[in-house]
Amino acid sequence: MKKISTPYLLLIPGMGFLFTFFLLPLINLAQTSTQTPVGGGDTGQYEQTLRFANYIDAFVENKEQFGRSFLYATIATILALAIAYPLAYAIAFKGGKYKNIMLVLVVAPFFTSFLLRTIAWKQILGEEGFVVPTLRTFGIISESTTLTSSAFAVVAGMTYNFLPFMTLPLYASIDRIDPRTLEASGDLYANGFTTFRKVTLPLSMPGVVAGTLLTFIPAAGDYVNAAILGSPQTKMLGNVIESRYFKIVDYPTAAVLSFTLMAAILILVTVYVRKAGTEELV
Amino acid sequence: MSDIAKSARGDLKLSNITKSYGDFTAVNDLSLVIPEGSFFALLGPSGCGKTTTLRMIAGLEEPTKGTISLGATDITDTKPYQRPINTVFQNYALFPHLTIFENIAFGLRRRGIKDVDDAVNKALDLVELPHLAQRKPTQLSGGQQQRIALARAIVNRPALLLLDEPLGALDLKLRRQMQIELKWIQREVGITFVHVTHDQEEAMTMADTIAVMNEGQIEQMGSPADLYDNPETAFVANFLGQSNLIKGTVTGNDGANQIVDLFGQKISLQKDRSHGVDSSIYAGIRPEKFRISRLETQTHGNILTGGKVEDVSYIGVSTQYQVLMPWGQELMVFEQNDDGVAPFSVGEPVNISWEPIFTFGLRGDEDAEAGTEVNPDEDLDEE
Repeated sequence: MKKISTPYLLLIPGMGFLFTFFLLPLINLAQTSTQTPVGGGDTGQYEQTLRFANYIDAFVENKEQFGRSFLYATIATILALAIAYPLAYAIAFKGGKYKNIMLVLVVAPFFTSFLLRTIAWKQILGEEGFVVPTLRTFGIISESTTLTSSAFAVVAGMTYNFLPFMTLPLYASIDRIDPRTLEASGDLYANGFTTFRKVTLPLSMPGVVAGTLLTFIPAAGDYVNAAILGSPQTKMLGNVIESRYFKIVDYPTAAVLSFTLMAAILILVTVYVRKAGTEELV
Repeated sequence: MSDIAKSARGDLKLSNITKSYGDFTAVNDLSLVIPEGSFFALLGPSGCGKTTTLRMIAGLEEPTKGTISLGATDITDTKPYQRPINTVFQNYALFPHLTIFENIAFGLRRRGIKDVDDAVNKALDLVELPHLAQRKPTQLSGGQQQRIALARAIVNRPALLLLDEPLGALDLKLRRQMQIELKWIQREVGITFVHVTHDQEEAMTMADTIAVMNEGQIEQMGSPADLYDNPETAFVANFLGQSNLIKGTVTGNDGANQIVDLFGQKISLQKDRSHGVDSSIYAGIRPEKFRISRLETQTHGNILTGGKVEDVSYIGVSTQYQVLMPWGQELMVFEQNDDGVAPFSVGEPVNISWEPIFTFGLRGDEDAEAGTEVNPDEDLDEE
């Protein structure tokens, strides 16, 4: 009797936390999403009318920001993967005794505030930074082009900010690969590229899936990068939710957009995880 | 170039191979010919350079100096995937994400062979595990993984199959069984096998030719019987089985024999089994070649008198004695328990005798203890 109940007792704090701080607000959010303004009331006064058309209105009104959120998040995820994979591979296989130092360096940016680092990118990409003058010197961008307040800056900021989330799971799964399996692949007539495609990549798939999820999900809902590094033309859904909630005090629309974003991410992630077939891997 | 390498066949020839890592020389000017179709063993203690040699043959390490050729083709600078050589790795290195079938098919598919079913099934039959085709490697026992690793290599019909301590992780009983099976498979497929091991019994059971390696060089090469009966160095004499090495001086000749003085007692030694260079010599005799007898018993051959039984271990098939000689050395004597004579008891004075043909002679300036140390990595289930 006692033995059976102990694990459940241990679950209580966690479950209680999730119930109070996740489930209840979620229910509250769902309720808010179908409310309408009180006729003749003050701003910020809403009543429940079960108006599901809120969803359609909000989507039609913000479909551009929706598309942008997923586009930016996708590009940032792909870029982060392209940067993090070789990095994680190098640390895992070539790091040697410097492995731990390199891992600390990967997470080192976390010692500074997220906001501060994002603001620093404004400097890096600004007129006084070294990036713009260098690119101009080589004629890659024209004299009139600026990099701040652009989609480029937003995606660059997101890629940078989420890079550790991509690198760490990738490292964890690449580090687990037995280098002898790579030798065995070479021994069995596979050249370097084939070995990567047929052995290294499949064996690191759990890391790829975990890393892309940890990058894509927060990136799709992100608003800090777009707010600091972007312009009105690069607004993402997170920015809309933020302004609806705090500035316009349009709670129902903010709730609708939050819900829709969550649902969209959930569907995308489910499809992705199915496709990636992680259950194939032990 | 690579196409030529892929189809190369013939004897494997290592010429003056050296491999250094910084100041450390793992393999030192090693030359060796492994005839096509043979079962060849590289035997030596850990750190003797045998695995490095194997990895250079596989192409996983590049020799610092020297050349490797297969038949008439120089393969020194080719990549592992360009060589018609496959390896059974020490811990098998099966691909954990692929089924057993796909593991075995891996090499065939890489060479662009479309229809692999037949070859893979035949390989699975050869190792007697056809029912495991759809399993994953982690679902197999160590012994089964070992066989799959073998099947994965053999299915490619390489010119050369390299086995890197393939039985090291198996328990003693399974290892003995696999030794016999590997030997049978080698005869069946006719591929040259190069087997690396630190287990002298394993090497002797399986190989036609053994090269004993020590400190990056080959100490001696030959058939198991050659190496055991006529070792040329103290290292070989001690590493393969056990030896009694008695310090002596060559005092003269008697036809095809040398007369050797061992602490005042004369024995004879065949000249062609004497590898000494001057008059200082170690006379070597295997413990089971000795006969032990009471003082009144008539004996013949080489005789050493004045022994005293120090210790008796009865181990069923034989009795092992430690006999203290007048010059302070303890000799090991193994007596088969087949003559109905009661074992000798501790403290009994005895003589020791043996047939002169069983004596071998080693250089007197050698380290008589060479090759006797137990390897720290030797498996605990070794007796």
